[in-house]
Amino acid sequence: MDESSLVLDGNAAAGMLREVFVHDMTMAMTACAACGAVARLGGQPLYDYPDGPGAVLRCASCEAVLMVVVHATGRYRMAAPGLSWMEIEERQ
Amino acid sequence: MARAAIQRRLTWTQAEVVDVLTETPRVRTLVLSIPDWSGHLAGQHVDVRLTAGDGYQAQRSYSISSAPEDAQLKLSVERLEDGEVSPYLADELRAGDQLELRGPIGGYFVWEASMTDPLLLVGGGSGVCPLMAMLRHRAARSSTVPAKLLYSARDLGDVIYRSELERLGAGEGLEVVLTLTRSQPPGWTGYGRRVDNEMLAEVAWPPERRPLVYICGPTPFVEAVAGSLVALGHDPMRIRTERFGPTGG
Repeated sequence: MDESSLVLDGNAAAGMLREVFVHDMTMAMTACAACGAVARLGGQPLYDYPDGPGAVLRCASCEAVLMVVVHATGRYRMAAPGLSWMEIEERQ
Repeated sequence: MARAAIQRRLTWTQAEVVDVLTETPRVRTLVLSIPDWSGHLAGQHVDVRLTAGDGYQAQRSYSISSAPEDAQLKLSVERLEDGEVSPYLADELRAGDQLELRGPIGGYFVWEASMTDPLLLVGGGSGVCPLMAMLRHRAARSSTVPAKLLYSARDLGDVIYRSELERLGAGEGLEVVLTLTRSQPPGWTGYGRRVDNEMLAEVAWPPERRPLVYICGPTPFVEAVAGSLVALGHDPMRIRTERFGPTGG
């Protein structure tokens, strides 16, 4: 399958991220460690395989992997190899 | 209220189907009653979960198409032939049935009537659903924020919310523009092709008006429209997208 047709928006991961975080993470600002681009998580491209175990969030500017979230076998594993920081507003 | 509600723990809840509306041959709207629903913002979605007898679960996201002001929550579901979830939602569910869902979810693809910039909505197919929530919210608040909806459908019979859109489009400050990509009825004077640069240049506000843009539809549609708008000079930071991906199903 053409991978480009699998692209969603970070917004589509809102439900899964709310299983882990208290806040709505789609409004969080993310900074890419590779290129420095700062943008809201909800607007970054998300590669989410239907009924697969997890999703990959990439940088909209340089396509570096920002975050990987896997939910399987009773646990969540989150990796953020490409994220230099993330900022969440208290009032959302 | 709705803002504060976002911070509540997100839990699965049972909704009751109180009515099912046929919108088009492939789209039906589920009208839901949900105990203790916290309210939502226009553009948010819910996750729906189906559980088979053997415990197998399938989960999909659906945009809310009702306004925050509406008494009941509405989800419009397009039946995808090879879908795992949508045929059940679109064909099998009846009034009185229960449905497991959680939400509202996602504060990113949201429009509120307090936002006063010109509003440009571009929808492809059932991508019109969250945009409809925004237009219903705008109408419920008697907002006169200048708004345009460019809605791409295959043919006139596939246009969801057609009569309501005609009525809303007759009101102040809203222009509804349809393009029918596959077939057009006799005497059709509107657009009859896929959304392209030329159409967006004609329909969209000029970039100098700094519209807020919301695009929803299948991934290739959203990519094409967003790319065209950026090429026309619109600020990427003011464009919000909601892609369906290939499955939605």
